[in-house]
Amino acid sequence: MLFYVLRRVLYAVPIAIGVTFIVFSLVHIAPGDPISALLPNEATQEMVEQARREFGLDKPLPVQYGVWLASAATGNLGTSIGSGRPVSEEVAGAVWNTVILAISAGLVACVAGFILGMVAGLWRDRPVDHMVSLFTISGVSLPHYWLAILLVIVFAVNLNWLPPLGIGPDNSDGWRPDWPHLRHLILPTIATAAIPMAVIARTMRASVVDVLDQEFVTTLRAKGLLPRRVLWHVIRNALPTTLAVMGLQLGNMLGGSVLVETVFAWPGTGFLLASAIFQRDLPLLQGTMLVLSMFFVILNLVVDLIQSWTDPRIRRA
Amino acid sequence: MHGTMAPTAAEAELPAETPVRHHSYLSVVFLRFIRQPIPMAAAVILLVIALAAIGADVIAPHDPYQTRVARRLAQIGTADRWLGGDELGRDVLSRLIYGGRISLTMAIVPVAIGLFVGGFLGILAGYAGGRVNMAIMRGMDVFYAFPSILLAVAIAGALGPGLENGIIALALVFIPPIARMAESVTTQVREYEFVIAARLSGASTFRILREHILANVAGPILVFASSQVSVSIIAASGLSFLGLGVAPPQADWGLMLSALRQAIYSNPWVAALPGAMIFICSMCFNLVSDGIRRSMEVRR
Amino acid sequence: MSLEFGREAPLPAIADRGGPAQKLLTANGLRKWFRLSGGLVGTRSVVRAVDDLSLSVAKGETVGIVGESGCGKSTAARLMAGITPSDAGEIVFDGETFWAPGMKITAERRRAIQMVFQDSASSLNPRMTITETLAFGPRAHGVPTSEARAYARDLLAAVGLPPARFAERYPIQLSGGQRQRVNIARAIAMRPRLLVLDEPVSALDKSVEAQVLNLLVRMRDELGLSYIFISHDLNVVRYISDRVVVMYLGQVVEEAAADDLFSAPRHPYTRALFASKPSFDPRNRIKVAPLLGDPPDPVNPPSGCRFRTRCPIAETLCAAKMPILADVPDAPEGHRAACWAQVPGSGHSRAPRVSGALQ
Repeated sequence: MLFYVLRRVLYAVPIAIGVTFIVFSLVHIAPGDPISALLPNEATQEMVEQARREFGLDKPLPVQYGVWLASAATGNLGTSIGSGRPVSEEVAGAVWNTVILAISAGLVACVAGFILGMVAGLWRDRPVDHMVSLFTISGVSLPHYWLAILLVIVFAVNLNWLPPLGIGPDNSDGWRPDWPHLRHLILPTIATAAIPMAVIARTMRASVVDVLDQEFVTTLRAKGLLPRRVLWHVIRNALPTTLAVMGLQLGNMLGGSVLVETVFAWPGTGFLLASAIFQRDLPLLQGTMLVLSMFFVILNLVVDLIQSWTDPRIRRA
Repeated sequence: MHGTMAPTAAEAELPAETPVRHHSYLSVVFLRFIRQPIPMAAAVILLVIALAAIGADVIAPHDPYQTRVARRLAQIGTADRWLGGDELGRDVLSRLIYGGRISLTMAIVPVAIGLFVGGFLGILAGYAGGRVNMAIMRGMDVFYAFPSILLAVAIAGALGPGLENGIIALALVFIPPIARMAESVTTQVREYEFVIAARLSGASTFRILREHILANVAGPILVFASSQVSVSIIAASGLSFLGLGVAPPQADWGLMLSALRQAIYSNPWVAALPGAMIFICSMCFNLVSDGIRRSMEVRR
Repeated sequence: MSLEFGREAPLPAIADRGGPAQKLLTANGLRKWFRLSGGLVGTRSVVRAVDDLSLSVAKGETVGIVGESGCGKSTAARLMAGITPSDAGEIVFDGETFWAPGMKITAERRRAIQMVFQDSASSLNPRMTITETLAFGPRAHGVPTSEARAYARDLLAAVGLPPARFAERYPIQLSGGQRQRVNIARAIAMRPRLLVLDEPVSALDKSVEAQVLNLLVRMRDELGLSYIFISHDLNVVRYISDRVVVMYLGQVVEEAAADDLFSAPRHPYTRALFASKPSFDPRNRIKVAPLLGDPPDPVNPPSGCRFRTRCPIAETLCAAKMPILADVPDAPEGHRAACWAQVPGSGHSRAPRVSGALQ
């Protein structure tokens, strides 16, 4: 088992390196020369020279990659063109906000999806199942940014129950666990959680149906096992696949955060990324991408390991 | 020599000269698809939207670029703005119809590229095995390490706005999953005995791929690719929403959604319409691909 | 190949080079080890599917291979057909090197050895008519499509499937026996000289099995083929084989002429294998299982003789040294066994005395 963990970790390393390489090359696929991509338009000749030295822009590509990677590892992700502040500072400020949103949406999606899927699977082909199926089919096809807009229209504009924008009242710059901030969290959470919830519910339902159809359940029932105990067995067998999907969806939520945060002006990494794109601020784009993708790689690894821990079949492989 | 064998038991069961008619696989799948009401309805809806987009010059009631101050944010049901007016007074209905051109193109073309490039790479990796397989699939894995929308946004963001850049970015997002699927199916089919028999006959690799492998892997790969289109349209419109697709004043659903955001206070339902188009198309693509999968599933 | 329709086969016959005394196929030292995933690189366990297999087939001979499931028969078949590359050794066909490590087998040479598989869902391409399947091989060798299709129809007739009814059928429209005939037709379409048959009748009903066996015998006699016939069914192997080879855990443990082997097996494993055949006579009840224990793990075979953990006459010698395949004394020519109890002077308590030597 330890071997498996080690192997999995070792396997993730070249992937992580590949990921950093792709993020690195983002600047270089941009049209125009990298200097203009990395520096604001009104950069002085002196700044240009300094950047050239710092980034090693006149050196061959692999060296540039090494320089960039080395400084990134020490926390230096360059300077944002738009704000002039270090990218790491910008990202650090935004990460926590995205994490809060991701956790809250993740909880809602996983719990709600799990319950809905299980109910639909256990009461297969009854009205409950059909309703859940309807929900999952539409949920999977829903553009989350459109859902976000709809939520704002209904709850903020029409009903005026919840605020349409921002992370807290009066341009609050950070989230605190108090009621006003909670109100700001509700709509973004729903918008972010909707699609993953539908996917999780669908997977869970399929797993439950799968398990119920297997012969060992009939055997358990024939043995006279109480329905609750059967349920426990069903859950245990349906869990591994569903956990994997949950992990995947968590990653998708991170990705989709770009759009939802834009709609709600939620000051997280997604919003940062979007403004970096809008302002053609490539250092910020690069830095944010690096942090996000590293996070995703680690998340994948953790999900993988958890899945193998719960699924004894994989463990023994 | 022939004719001296007594008919086997199974042969004796069949009446002497049954003409054995056999429909081609494709026609069987097609007929089965048509019999499913929901996927058929979805397919019809998509067809209508696509045809309207193609024939927009004829069908759209107004010029999609014609601005009119007096019709700014006009309500739904206005005389010459049936679905309302946008923030510059242009006819929303016409822009939705024309918008189909770009939105659907940006959704389908990347998946098509993913199908050909990813399919090719996956089949190659699956059949070759060994180091070639590892090299290709590890390369794919690196792209897989990103959440798809994030990757598309980052690449499009670096490349800059524009239809071609958006298509390139999305294509790069869809190549890895299709390649993975293709590799997985090809690896399976490669071990089937008829493939081994084909290798024993000394046929070239190319011939074996073309005549034996392709027909047997195309089905699952196509089903998977078709299921990606519904994701693609959401992602493509998402890119436009962020300003990474075509530029104004072109008509595109994602772009319209973004531009009309400012209108949610004065005319919320018009602001929601472009998103409804994206949703409807995505759902229909989903249902159609589900239907295709089901009509291919049953053993004949 | 004269199929007696007055039509020549479009593919030329493969000429005999070495003459009747030359062995058709000689496989030396073939080996196939599979690496399992698990553990860090370098500590992965290895399945020794086939270990140091040496086999020869004479012209016109049928060699049967028997053994339990998992003994490596199928892998051995694929090694000898050249379709799975061996880790070591060489294959000599009719005096010429057919395969050696690092060598690629040319398309033309490939024709000489063909395989017939067990009837399964994947033995024929479900998307091709059987005519297309049969025409594929000849077309790959340059035969024009129309000729290849005519040839395919001739083949169908030759294996007992009238082309008028069967030519345009898909595999799913055939019964198991009919599919096996197509498999056989596909193999002989290439005009091979050696056919490797891997459990060709195991999936068929008994009545159909008899018909297919008869077809195989007829093909062999009329076309002058040699067979390597793999099966776990001892009766079938006895019926069709001239010589029989017994495999255990990737190695050959005994080989002899068919009648000789079945009447007087020497290796303890062979004896146990034959004893486990249920008899039709109710008075011959088997009270004690002839073979004790489960087959050992091919990943960690026992040291020395691999059979010793289940062998009724195993001794310490057997754990120390692996027995080599050697001629059995007092047995007809060509009877060999890998057992210390059969080697004179080996030190095994049951080994025959070395004639004239001091003990």
